[in-house]
Amino acid sequence: MLSEIERRELEDAVKHYPDKRGATIDALLTIQRRRGWISDDTLLEIAQFLEITVEDVDSVATFYNLVFRKPVGRHVAFVCDSISCWIKGCEQVQEQIKTLYQADLGQTSPDGRFTVLPIACLGHCERAPALMIDQDVYGDVTPEKIEQIVEKYK
Amino acid sequence: MERPLTQHIHPDGTTRTLREYVTTGGYRSVQRLSSELAPKDLQRLVTDAGLRGRGGGGFLTGTKWSFVPMGVDAPKPKYIVANGDEMEPGTFKDRVLMEGDPHGLVEGMILAGYAIDAEVGYIFLRGEYHLSAQRLTEAIAEAYAAGYLGKPLPGTKFRFDLHLHASAGRYICGEETALINALEGKRAVPRAKPPFPQTVGLWGKPTVVQNVETLYNIPHIVNQGSDWYHRLSRTQDGGTKIYGISGRVANPGWWELPLGTTVREVLERYAGGMADGVRFRGLLPGGISTAFMTEEHLDLPLDFSSIPPEVGRLGTATMIVLDDHTCPVGFVLNLEKFFARESCGWCTPCREGLPWVARILMSFEDGRATKEDLSLLEMHTKWLAPGHTFCGLAPGAMAPLQSALKYFHDDFERHITTGGCPWSKKSSQHRIVV
Repeated sequence: MLSEIERRELEDAVKHYPDKRGATIDALLTIQRRRGWISDDTLLEIAQFLEITVEDVDSVATFYNLVFRKPVGRHVAFVCDSISCWIKGCEQVQEQIKTLYQADLGQTSPDGRFTVLPIACLGHCERAPALMIDQDVYGDVTPEKIEQIVEKYK
Repeated sequence: MERPLTQHIHPDGTTRTLREYVTTGGYRSVQRLSSELAPKDLQRLVTDAGLRGRGGGGFLTGTKWSFVPMGVDAPKPKYIVANGDEMEPGTFKDRVLMEGDPHGLVEGMILAGYAIDAEVGYIFLRGEYHLSAQRLTEAIAEAYAAGYLGKPLPGTKFRFDLHLHASAGRYICGEETALINALEGKRAVPRAKPPFPQTVGLWGKPTVVQNVETLYNIPHIVNQGSDWYHRLSRTQDGGTKIYGISGRVANPGWWELPLGTTVREVLERYAGGMADGVRFRGLLPGGISTAFMTEEHLDLPLDFSSIPPEVGRLGTATMIVLDDHTCPVGFVLNLEKFFARESCGWCTPCREGLPWVARILMSFEDGRATKEDLSLLEMHTKWLAPGHTFCGLAPGAMAPLQSALKYFHDDFERHITTGGCPWSKKSSQHRIVV
């Protein structure tokens, strides 16, 4: 069931749109911030709140790559793999993350610390390659710097 | 040289609060809205200024506004939407503006709203721009508290509400009708046109969707006039442009310069030329949906009118440079994998064609390609061209491919004759499956 605070956040989100359905993406992201991912049960709770079908909500949830329909680690590392970062060696960054934390793209490290995902251009191309961990963006990343960057995400 | 859009942005990356924004002339344009500057007058002013859409399309802003039904019988509410879904690879200009000077967007939105008599505005922001989201949220709250939003502006009956919508990924959201579906809380699949959003848009109401950088220009046009705006530019299109460069250049970055600055000036004077040890081979002038330019195009002015259609188009004006240590085929493969992944899947040519193109390019990198594969790539550039797909995503994807086949034909051939990528010790790294 939606907690009191979750319900309040959803009520706030709905105010920005002329109908409740407009807040579907906000609702998914808001609840995901608290619960980490969107389970089938969560989907149902959101659908009931927005007064639309669970299929409607799932069609949206499965479309957008920042909505997670599977559990993720305590942190999510997004490795930009678009062209400017590719030129500057994002594949080596991916490889280093895989070596250090045993998580390939789309996987979660065995200790549950990280899920590693590819991401479309993060808009930090002048500091390629770029990496985003949760909400923090890092530029000019090298394989050597990864451990130091990742240090604070336990 | 005047830099109206960026002159006050702090070099240290901190943002500008309302107090500071107002001391440098911020919101002055909003105070000029009155019977002396009616919506029609504002439309005419911006048309005269020659402001063209900075998201890549280059459409005249004044003309776009003129399609919106006006007057007492016009449908209500009308909407103005800022397209801040900056996901075009290589493009980071809107982020610079939104992080550095968030009130500029709020002010631009109020003016654009006034011009089409829209009561409500949305800033559609890509979900990854967390810092922009935080700073825009604060700016919107400050603008409400100061009375610029949420109540009638002095001397007018115009009242404007502004909301921030943080999106949840997917490149296709940048397409204006897909963006409208996303704002309605649906899958971001493009809509059929016509009807165009200016008459039937968000929730069926008249809606104008405009790029963030475009909106930042409007307050300056109101304050300083269309003649001044034309003088900023070196060509017939008005204003300045934020140019950017990424890739192996000495000094990657962004600069606000007169519209019509040449490729060579940006590359050599501002970006300091190529990085040590690498040579220039070509560049995409504005995001990955634009065609390659090579040495012969370096003196072309970067604006909406000077680039011949057979060469390409300006796009977002944030360039991505290809150097001689980077494989052109691998470069294009990266682009096509991106497009294949980001296709919304709605129409078959795009959904099926783009992964096919990516797989063919992969066969060049892996040494499996034959002459026939070159013709297959050529075929796709025709069958995924404009007119064969539901929206512009796949045609955009063909621009760099088609031009790469033209300018780097020998490199494609070399992949066939040498049985793999001559650049690569690492072809295993092209392993992302599409």
